Amino acid sequence: MSPVLELTGLARAYEGRPALRELSLTLEAGHTLGLIGPDGAGKTTAMRIACGLLTPDQGSAKVAGLDCLTQARQMRALLGYMPQRFSLYPDLTVDENLRFFAELHGITAAERHIRREKLLAFSRLEPFVKRRAGHLSGGMKQKLALACTLIHEPRLLILDEPTTGVDPVSRQEFWALLGELASGGMALWISTPYMDEALRCDEVQLLHLGRVIAQGPPAEIARAFPRRILRFPGLAPAALTPLLAGLSGVTVHRFGHDLHVVCDTAQEDALRERAQSAGLEVESEEPGLEDAFFELVAVAELAA
Amino acid sequence: MSSVNHTGRAVQAEQLSRRFGDFTAVDGLSLTVEQGEIFGFLGANGAGKTTAIRMFCGLLAPSAGEAWVDGLSIRTQSEEIKRRIGYMSQRFGLYDDLSVRENLEFYGGIYGLGQAEIHSRGEALLARLDLAEWGTRRTGSLPLGYKQRLALGVAILHRPRILFLDEPTGGVDPVARRAFWDLIYEVAADGTTVFVTTHYMDEAEYCGRVSIMTAGRIAALDRPAVLKAQWGAKDMQAVFLRVVSA
Repeated sequence: MSPVLELTGLARAYEGRPALRELSLTLEAGHTLGLIGPDGAGKTTAMRIACGLLTPDQGSAKVAGLDCLTQARQMRALLGYMPQRFSLYPDLTVDENLRFFAELHGITAAERHIRREKLLAFSRLEPFVKRRAGHLSGGMKQKLALACTLIHEPRLLILDEPTTGVDPVSRQEFWALLGELASGGMALWISTPYMDEALRCDEVQLLHLGRVIAQGPPAEIARAFPRRILRFPGLAPAALTPLLAGLSGVTVHRFGHDLHVVCDTAQEDALRERAQSAGLEVESEEPGLEDAFFELVAVAELAA
Repeated sequence: MSSVNHTGRAVQAEQLSRRFGDFTAVDGLSLTVEQGEIFGFLGANGAGKTTAIRMFCGLLAPSAGEAWVDGLSIRTQSEEIKRRIGYMSQRFGLYDDLSVRENLEFYGGIYGLGQAEIHSRGEALLARLDLAEWGTRRTGSLPLGYKQRLALGVAILHRPRILFLDEPTGGVDPVARRAFWDLIYEVAADGTTVFVTTHYMDEAEYCGRVSIMTAGRIAALDRPAVLKAQWGAKDMQAVFLRVVSA
């Protein structure tokens, strides 16, 4: 059987400027694939190609074996796409929005009622059916947008930064819903600027300047971080400077009252020794996905 | 009214409340922020953060209670407060049709800076914010990360004592957010107090102290390290979820 989503060698330029240089991926049913990368890396371009909204200069995009360009009609029936700015109708109620999207997809009245019940229960929006979409909180708007995206029961869900500007509690609820969808066999492709969300994906791809520069389960990407992080609690940047003498390529980040120093293993030994003779407290910090993200992007930028 | 001397504190709120009809957005909020702090003001959507900030900035009158910003009463001295603070809202408030430089000139004028001053500070800021080569560019055509840096520039041009940032980094990637925070540290190093809201819990770790607001009240307030220990949580994300569901 064909994978739910298969992108092969996608490339796309805008007025001669490449937005996407080379992207390939395979996504199976029940799996969640995360897309992360700096602004301008090509994330939205890639998603728009997969939705058949943009023609690639090179490569092909297929949803369940259907070509996203030549078989766009059949393909779209299998696909739900939630863009960054999903346009709900603010003057329509929750119920009316659902009905509108159902009619757009040509869903029969009988079937519409069944799906309405199901989606309202799923999104926990039942108590708010009569509320206008414009009066919903940010988190509830996103849940309604998701419900509208699911009205035609797609097999593949493409979400472009769906939780931007949403608080941590609502994000957690939103991801619980995505988890239910994946358990039900849906394939999810999602871009996010939040590293804690990337960690919830089965796999992630890190896109930079239109190319994938890292790929795999997020915990593995974090583990592959090649350097060390030392934490100096309560230390002022000026007090750290003498310790760094002669050490090149070391980066210092401030974290509130603490300083984080990113260095290689040989430098770690030197720094620990110097800290000890200066009577400074120093601790090891576990690298996270965000540290790996910075490192990979910095290395790619040096190479570019 | 309390007779405590409030000068010296960047922000001091005592039992501050704001109601809209029968909805209480801010409900007896009390907190103190010292000069020079980087203070993270966290909470869920609808917890009352923006309402509180708008009161501190003198944009909204309280229903009850009082607060002092840089020692000035938000009830009686809100005009003077506006001159001493910088405010960057979620929507930036930049003029899209003006160039980068024109936005700085416009806001400099509002704050009563002279032409020469606007020019010298403006050019220095453009260099510091890495915007020098974008000076003549129409603001509406800038990438989001650049707009954010310009909005910060506009908010600090008049050298405020206290800088209020309401979700300044929404929608930007981790690298751009990190760069933005390097700028925040620079501003703070000049002695400016920074009062910032964010939904990114990794950014909460960048603050000296943070408060977490639920239903109009402060539910937790301390250094990130202390809160993590108190709530037995490995990071601020976990602290937040525990505080909010407690």
